[in-house]
Amino acid sequence: MTNDDDFAAYQFLAQETEDHRWAFGTGFSDPLEGIDTSVPAGVDAAALAAYCLALGDDALIYSHRLQQWVTRMPELEEETALANIALDLLGQARLLLSRAGQAEGAGRDEDRLAFFRTEGEFRNVRLVEAADADFAELAGRLLVFSAWRLALFGELTGSADPVLAAIAGKGVKELTYHRDYAAQWVIRLGDGTELSHARMQAALAVIWPLFDELFRADAVAARLPGAAADPAGLRAEVDGVLDAVLGAATLDRPEGAPMAPVAGQTGRQGVHTEALGYVLAELQSVARAYPDATW
Amino acid sequence: MVTQGADDGAAAGPEMVTREASDGTAADLEIVTREAGDRVAGGLEAAREIAGAVPDPELPMVTLADLGILRRVTAEDGRVVVTITPTYSGCPALLEMAHDLRYRLARAGYADVIVRTELAPAWSSDQITPEGRAKLHAAGLAPPNPAQPDPGQRGSGRGPVPLPLTMALPKVVACPRCGSLDTERTAAFGPTACTALFRCGTCREPFEYVKDI
Repeated sequence: MTNDDDFAAYQFLAQETEDHRWAFGTGFSDPLEGIDTSVPAGVDAAALAAYCLALGDDALIYSHRLQQWVTRMPELEEETALANIALDLLGQARLLLSRAGQAEGAGRDEDRLAFFRTEGEFRNVRLVEAADADFAELAGRLLVFSAWRLALFGELTGSADPVLAAIAGKGVKELTYHRDYAAQWVIRLGDGTELSHARMQAALAVIWPLFDELFRADAVAARLPGAAADPAGLRAEVDGVLDAVLGAATLDRPEGAPMAPVAGQTGRQGVHTEALGYVLAELQSVARAYPDATW
Repeated sequence: MVTQGADDGAAAGPEMVTREASDGTAADLEIVTREAGDRVAGGLEAAREIAGAVPDPELPMVTLADLGILRRVTAEDGRVVVTITPTYSGCPALLEMAHDLRYRLARAGYADVIVRTELAPAWSSDQITPEGRAKLHAAGLAPPNPAQPDPGQRGSGRGPVPLPLTMALPKVVACPRCGSLDTERTAAFGPTACTALFRCGTCREPFEYVKDI
């Protein structure tokens, strides 16, 4: 196996080509290159763009929050796990933002959407914005997020938009793995020592006010019959999963009031918590300072 | 993959001939078309071999064909079209694969190569060939168990949703070095997106397991 060819890919990358990588973005070829990206008849293209944007934003912002844990985890194995989960979500974000850009038809690609939108233009749910205070909060948030997103993607595998269905089909496999990982930690901590149980229960209390928002009626989804999933329809599956995990973990489901919408609006309408601004500052500031840099 | 490749070849050949015949109206145009077409049609089998032999950037002991990442090699208007599929949505090796495919095909005389990505059907570790599994094993990586039934299928039915919550430990994985079944998973994720970490209780060696998805 040892010959020069093994490293041809890397030699090629060192050569001057037209394929410059943009310093702050992916610079990769379009991740949907070669796929039939026409929007099917009967699917509202503008609504599809907005829908994919929101699902892409969920993954992009949460991936960034998970990446911030790298170098701060208690063990190398868990750090590797989180880096892998963050990478999967970043991959989903790339595909979804690319799809959003195509359906929109205004020439915005994934990088433009990720790096050059302001806070109010992001459409992610508020659950993914805050930095986790401790490992228990990380495990709890990851469990809620992946249980919800798995239920959502499970529905979207039957989407009338074949590109969205294909993205969901890949994501389902990844999210199943993420959810299992999170569930095992929640159970281990909840059913662990007195201290780990107390901290896991306290972490759930922090996360739960953001839970109801995941199932709020969504005007964008309503414009996409057959292509989008009804948020409220996901609740039974997510509740079932969480009840099973919390039961095994000897944890109680928190009963706090949900975080209130602002003038009826939440993350899907561009109304966010303060935490999102800090994520975007880190994610975007260098790209905005040097918008044309390549390496 | 071999069988599939042969089928593709049989399908691609006649397609090329048909296109030449329909295009060949003017004499000089016909020659140009035939030359371009012949170059790919004659060499499509060779192009397929070259593409299939490209090593995976993360697991260089196996090729793209071994892993089932290479979906097909076809001809389109005299150009070679290579279609690959990512293992995971965020697989960072995809760009390296595309570069390596273009580089090796260019070196063999295929100047104009299109590399396309295909998402559906989603890649499964079941698509790793027997030869690929043997190579992984020989290199000290445990090949994947059969993947669970695709959980994505449940989206199409609107009935009650089963809970595929696999809180039990993963299926038994044999140590690729000593064959012992006394192994334990030490981490759900390994150094690449497609592997997990295990340790053998008999020979005490750690090893990577290619995840079944």
